[in-house]
Amino acid sequence: MVSVAVAIVWMKDLIAVVMLLGIYGLLTASFFVAMDAVDVAFTEASVGAGISTLLLLVAIAKTKRAEHPVRHKPMLALLVVVVTGGLLIYGTFDMPIFGIAEAPAHTHVAQRYIEDSYAEVGIPNIVTSVLASYRGFDTFGEVVVIFTAGIGVLGLLTVSGGTGRRNQEITTKKMHEQHKVLRIVAKILIPFMLLFALYVQFHGDYGPGGGFQAGVIFAAGIILYAMLFGMNTARRVINQTLIQLIAALGVLLYGAVGMLSFVNGGTFLDYSVLLTDPIAGQHLGIILIELGVGLTVTAVITIIFFSFAGREEIQDYRNDTGA
Amino acid sequence: MAAPLCLFLKRPKLVWLFTCIVTALTFLISVLLLQQVITHGTLVYELGGWAAPWGIEYRIDQLNAFILCIISGISAVVAMAAHTSLQKELSKDRHIYFYMLYLLSLTGMLGIVATGDAFNVFVFLEISSLSAYALIAMGNDRRALWASYKYLIMGTVGATFILIGIGLMYQMTGTLNMHDLAQRLPEVSQTRTVFVSFAFIVVGVCLKLALFPLHLWLPNAYAYAPSIVTAMFAATATKVAVYLLIRFTFTIYGLSFSFTTLPLNILFLVLGLTGVFVASVAAIYKNNVKHIFAYSSVAQVGYMIVGLSVGTAAGLTATLVHIFNHALMKGALFLALAGVMYRLGNVQLSGFQGLGRQMPLTMAAIVVGGLSLIGVPLTVGFISKWYLVLAVIENGWWPVAVLILLGSLLAIVYLWRIIEMAYFKPANEHSETVKEAPFSILIPVWILVIANIYFGIDTRISVGIAQSAAQSLFGITP
Repeated sequence: MVSVAVAIVWMKDLIAVVMLLGIYGLLTASFFVAMDAVDVAFTEASVGAGISTLLLLVAIAKTKRAEHPVRHKPMLALLVVVVTGGLLIYGTFDMPIFGIAEAPAHTHVAQRYIEDSYAEVGIPNIVTSVLASYRGFDTFGEVVVIFTAGIGVLGLLTVSGGTGRRNQEITTKKMHEQHKVLRIVAKILIPFMLLFALYVQFHGDYGPGGGFQAGVIFAAGIILYAMLFGMNTARRVINQTLIQLIAALGVLLYGAVGMLSFVNGGTFLDYSVLLTDPIAGQHLGIILIELGVGLTVTAVITIIFFSFAGREEIQDYRNDTGA
Repeated sequence: MAAPLCLFLKRPKLVWLFTCIVTALTFLISVLLLQQVITHGTLVYELGGWAAPWGIEYRIDQLNAFILCIISGISAVVAMAAHTSLQKELSKDRHIYFYMLYLLSLTGMLGIVATGDAFNVFVFLEISSLSAYALIAMGNDRRALWASYKYLIMGTVGATFILIGIGLMYQMTGTLNMHDLAQRLPEVSQTRTVFVSFAFIVVGVCLKLALFPLHLWLPNAYAYAPSIVTAMFAATATKVAVYLLIRFTFTIYGLSFSFTTLPLNILFLVLGLTGVFVASVAAIYKNNVKHIFAYSSVAQVGYMIVGLSVGTAAGLTATLVHIFNHALMKGALFLALAGVMYRLGNVQLSGFQGLGRQMPLTMAAIVVGGLSLIGVPLTVGFISKWYLVLAVIENGWWPVAVLILLGSLLAIVYLWRIIEMAYFKPANEHSETVKEAPFSILIPVWILVIANIYFGIDTRISVGIAQSAAQSLFGITP
């Protein structure tokens, strides 16, 4: 990991840097697996190694490949980094020994999660029950964060004038029309990706996974499709307004579940009151909110991709017409 | 109590009217909440039905109910003016996103203040800062993008620092709940890990706060953002950060740890005072009026931190009163600038020539706000300076009191430049046609201005609540 990180800093070719970042993400993921944090590893693998690499590649395709040569020596930044790193290491001296059972992190709150969560929430994956039920409000916040990101990108990159109609007139020959092998392989692969995403989505209660990871994988499938078959084909499949609605719908679904339990006499996001049987209620609530998470994540990542990638075509169009 | 947040979830078809209704309702709810807290004491609301250290709870005491009122009140007033001001500053098809982001950032700030869980703070911090970056970048000027990018980098560093700090705390205590943390931290307070976590959190929050050496992102971000955004953030965002600082230093780590074990009060005092002077002097040399007020914000943050550094209930009261008052004055000033922006298209100092006659109401608002900033009697600014100086003198820090008053003199200098331009210079030829700002901006401006004067004369509400909130904090933390 250290060597990859150093290489990233030294490299000048941005595509290589992005690839290395992907490797870094994958290494981090395996690191998490080694520490028995499978869910985190899964997230890191799909986000760090998967989708962010894809988005960065798209960004590079829109700009330039080489880094601007930097003249000034950022000594101050280096100093800050060194001080921060030093502080972090200094802080580790008094930490409880790694993996020791008596560490406060294991004995206080976590104990109840581990011992009682199955009886109280009724699903085997403790991570899911913590993030969806005990700390469901945090997860709700995270979904809103993602939604915010999507809206922010839309707000900044929306160009005035009906962009949708113009794009359909573009018939420039693109890279994606040349790579036959890639397209055929992708055609076989994409259905499985989407299917796997659905599996991850609904299996989050039992194994590692859940809405975040599923959403990311699903979006990756869509982006792959768009990259290989052209933006316009993809746009015909996925309507822009629809996808925005889906993003909002995901957040709303999550919020609605919260409100529903509110109306049913519980507190916000208390799933136990959704059904007469509290365990079944918890289960239902978790499935619903995970669905909300998955919807929003998929939609937002697709939105971000389309608004980034869409810009180039508008520019192409302007260049073509000499505007 | 979760109701104010739930209201924000009706996302589709957000329009200005809806925004106004929502913010007004939120304000109403916050005021009711404050009343309830005052009569019934601290309210606790368990989200998800799980009890505190396992689940997440909202814990509203007088301190955060007070801040909630400030934030929601200001944002409601600012939202009223948003529609008119935006028409000149933002293309039509982006309006809907603007309002969405506006509400989201409000949600984030309210969430930070309301929650009783340290990690939840981080989540809401992300919401509010992400939307803030996007809102600032929406500015007309291309420099807005660069300013927002700078803010993004600084803000992300700050947020990451806070996260690291929270993570270290969790490692040492095994809990994320603030109340629980406060009880469990003293056992381990002598470990280096806790020191480091404290350092990370303080630096992270100070980045958000724009405390003196870490303020570099603020002036440009405020200057190039759309005027409405500036008015909103100048009046609320730094306040939220100050609240966080109070929460972490007083409630979670405890006063004895922050101020006795560590020399934080000296550090705050020095940084606060330097901030006041450096920023005030910088404001004197700026020519963009938004820049001037942005630097003055940095200076005002300095005053708040000085109040904190006193480390007594009186000092904390001064800080809280100043949070309230500064929100009122900066809200009024930046909204008035939004009016100027609407008519002139820019806020360069040179463009202000003769505006005193052409936009009398707007300029009068700026004058009152400015007087308040200086701390002239009968305005809110006087009240906060008064309590601050009292608190400092009570502690026997005479030189500090003198320095605070000197800082006010600097404020006179930079405000005089604006007033001179507006009232004593003849109008430019091209600006002779400039008319008074539209009523939809003037009304919110004057609501704030009148509040400035009202709370400057009748201090029972603001000071009373601030005092009891400060005392209750000192009651919890021995």
